[in-house]
Amino acid sequence: MSADTAVPAAPATGAPALLPEDADQWTARVRRRAVGAFPPERLLPDRQPAYVASWIYVFGVLTLTSLVVVLLSGAVLALEGPSWWHQSSVGLFVNSTHLWSVELFFFFMVVHLWGKFFMAAWRGRRRATWVTGVVAFLVSIGTAFTGYLSQQNFDSQWIGTQAKDGINATGAGAFFNVLNFGQMLMWHILLLPLVLGLFVVVHVLLVRKRGVVPPFPAKPAVVPALATEVAPVPSAAAAADEEIGEQR
Amino acid sequence: MSAATQPTEAARHRRRRFKVDRDAEEWHGPYVRYDIVKEFTLALIVVLLITVVASILFSSPDVRPVTLRSWATANPVDFAQTAITELDGTSATAGYGPPYNSTPGVSQHIIGPISLESAFGVHHPINTMKDYVIDPLETLPNAPAVHAALTSYTSASPSLQQKWTGAYEKGVAKASFTNGSLTLPPGNYGPVAPMISSLTSMARSGALDGALVSSSQFYGTDYTKPLLFIANGTYMANLAAAEHLQGGQWGMMNETGSYPGQAWLWLYTMWYQISPFTTSSNADAQVWAIMMILTLALALVPFIPGVRSIPRRVGLYRLIWRQHYRSVEAGAGTGSGGPPAAAS
Repeated sequence: MSADTAVPAAPATGAPALLPEDADQWTARVRRRAVGAFPPERLLPDRQPAYVASWIYVFGVLTLTSLVVVLLSGAVLALEGPSWWHQSSVGLFVNSTHLWSVELFFFFMVVHLWGKFFMAAWRGRRRATWVTGVVAFLVSIGTAFTGYLSQQNFDSQWIGTQAKDGINATGAGAFFNVLNFGQMLMWHILLLPLVLGLFVVVHVLLVRKRGVVPPFPAKPAVVPALATEVAPVPSAAAAADEEIGEQR
Repeated sequence: MSAATQPTEAARHRRRRFKVDRDAEEWHGPYVRYDIVKEFTLALIVVLLITVVASILFSSPDVRPVTLRSWATANPVDFAQTAITELDGTSATAGYGPPYNSTPGVSQHIIGPISLESAFGVHHPINTMKDYVIDPLETLPNAPAVHAALTSYTSASPSLQQKWTGAYEKGVAKASFTNGSLTLPPGNYGPVAPMISSLTSMARSGALDGALVSSSQFYGTDYTKPLLFIANGTYMANLAAAEHLQGGQWGMMNETGSYPGQAWLWLYTMWYQISPFTTSSNADAQVWAIMMILTLALALVPFIPGVRSIPRRVGLYRLIWRQHYRSVEAGAGTGSGGPPAAAS
């Protein structure tokens, strides 16, 4: 780069300042959209609405932290391989942490799910948050199930030989063979965690974006007066969008 | 879009009716301090502590797997009784249908003629006579008598084969295992007796386990064939029953020992405990169809009028937000101002 085209450094960070002619680049557009949707104070807030005052709210973060422990203990098991925990007392302990963090993860997640159900947490453009949470729950069940099949012990054998009938009855047994240890291990430690991670990230980002659902109106009689939002009539495309999830 | 088809300004800005089970008013009330990083850190510490304490106190179950060797050693008669059904094609696997073989008329149906099992066809082909008996026995070295029996059996007519296997099935029901060999009442078993006897010895030596791992190369991870063989016997089922793992014992969600297992599968497992699924030949397909519908309903709760009203009608939210409603009643808490609603 010649001296006359050198990019001036931004004073605060030392990084090059954004030049007007770069604003139409894909990178700049993605950055603008990301920062617009998730400004730092929204991702890591210092304040929350006063109505968020119940122990039920703790179960969301407990679910998330349990997942972290599940992933960490699973990663340690992966370091030594699937047979390690059968032969080593340390391995057995790590496997135990994996098992109990999974049990905690599901317990917290189910309480979280019921809590959100009884708060009707899908209200106010939060339907996608609910749907991604339910999908994460379902993928978690699949991930745990393949984990049980990957234990290489009597439980794996029995669960596999019993579960095959249900899965074969759906036709899925043709390509998802619960008696194939190698296949189940790959699903358990790679494919399903990837999908689960994706849905959890999207779910959490949606929570940050939309916020925690406010309480039902205290007095239903005043509801119409509160409905002061004026929404434009959606276009055909926007109407389709509304049908699949976004409330206008 | 032409001017004639453009919506009027009034229509564009018509008010959408507020539905209390779908919509939520924007929060303009007070905000309180919230340290999200501290909350996450404390939660992580709590979960770690509970996990470590539970792991120290309860460990995790690890009952050794059943092998063909352990089965044939512990109960050689049950092994031989199962092996003969593999040879004559009457075992559960031999008559399973897709994805293991194309046995006609055994696929499960969801409703009427709809059978997804048949639609996807055979993907893990298993010929129990060949895969479980003939092929493993052919790998035995220095066994001319066994190879002669195999030749005799495979070159015989189907009717003669059935005669031998039928007689052996009756005989092995009264068999005993003494001095390291199967003892059957006298009968016209033809070459079947030395074949099953050799297969039992092969299993007791551990050689059959290796021979059945489905791999054409050195490394193998597919245990479909040995697992199905083992599951066809009664040995593993009896062990499972002792560990309360049978289907009628909510087995799918249980684990060996007194561990919680997959408690989250309770609804799926429940269907297998009640009529008509306890006796239906299409129970698996029907239970899965029900679970798919219920799962879809759970995901789509926000879109289903009536169902999405349940939380408001039940009223549990009043307990969750009791402080908020107290504030509302006291006239505080619905004020305006504060940061944007999405800040949490």
